[in-house]
Amino acid sequence: MDEPGGSYSFAHGARKVAPFSIAVFGFGMSFGVLARPTMGSVAPIVMSVTTFAGSAQFAAASILSSGGTLAAAVVAAILLNARYGPIGVSVAPSLTGPWWSRFLRAQLVVDETWALSADGRGGHDPKVIVGAGVVLYAAWVGGTAAGVSFGDLFGDPARLGLDAAFPALFLALLVPNLDRSQARVAALLGAGIALALTPIAPAGVPIVVAGLACLMGWKRS
Amino acid sequence: MEALVSPAWWAVAIVGVATIAIKGAGPVLLGGKPLPPRIGRIIGLLAPALLAALVAISTFGTDRALVLDERALGVGAAAVAVALKAPPLLVVIVAAVVTAGARTLF
Repeated sequence: MDEPGGSYSFAHGARKVAPFSIAVFGFGMSFGVLARPTMGSVAPIVMSVTTFAGSAQFAAASILSSGGTLAAAVVAAILLNARYGPIGVSVAPSLTGPWWSRFLRAQLVVDETWALSADGRGGHDPKVIVGAGVVLYAAWVGGTAAGVSFGDLFGDPARLGLDAAFPALFLALLVPNLDRSQARVAALLGAGIALALTPIAPAGVPIVVAGLACLMGWKRS
Repeated sequence: MEALVSPAWWAVAIVGVATIAIKGAGPVLLGGKPLPPRIGRIIGLLAPALLAALVAISTFGTDRALVLDERALGVGAAAVAVALKAPPLLVVIVAAVVTAGARTLF
């Protein structure tokens, strides 16, 4: 069961993502609670099933609930998901098989599964993407359904410090990537760009521009 | 007319289709083929750049502003936990407990 390519890697991915899925379940609940008054009880769940990208869904729901236009909500959400374009390019060499299978597995690539599946040599383990992705997807959709159904019982998730769970998780995912000096510079640059643009640019733009810090890889380190 | 499909459902449909297309594009168009070395080097730096940006924004960002609040304490404590090689679940718990504790105290 431990041979490469066996079912071991699915279970491995599922186990690696378990601590993240607890936070994602809570985040899904808070999305359900936030979205229900303006979006009703079915649309938020359908959005979690189809979009499966937390920050974009939050942005869309909060813009609609604060009286923003449909166009503003859609543009913000798409900008927040624009990073999945280059992220998709980075996992593409590791995803083999027919196009529909690559397409379906690509839907399970989110920040957490992307970082957890990295093999440290620039590749991504497709079985970890699927194992971790299925668990995280279930947590996200289940959390949304729970939030829509009986989120009122739990009150504000910020009270539980859940909003600090995400930067902490991203930090835990970031640190293994800092093994080279060029990577450390790219990280500092990315964080600096993101902070500098947050006060002046619409949601989503800072993260996309921060991703451009990777262009420093044009030159050999 | 607009009563037929509410803005919420339009948002669900448009954002859903766009996200599925964005996520699928790379693997469908380029799947299974190695990237040229230079593109590989650039894409290899995408993880540190994007993850660091996500840490920064989710620690200090709010709606179009930077703030220093209880989250920074929680993430600082999480950084200590990461430096001590704590498992991810403990890192999350430390961040949440310190942040919630600070909110209760101050």
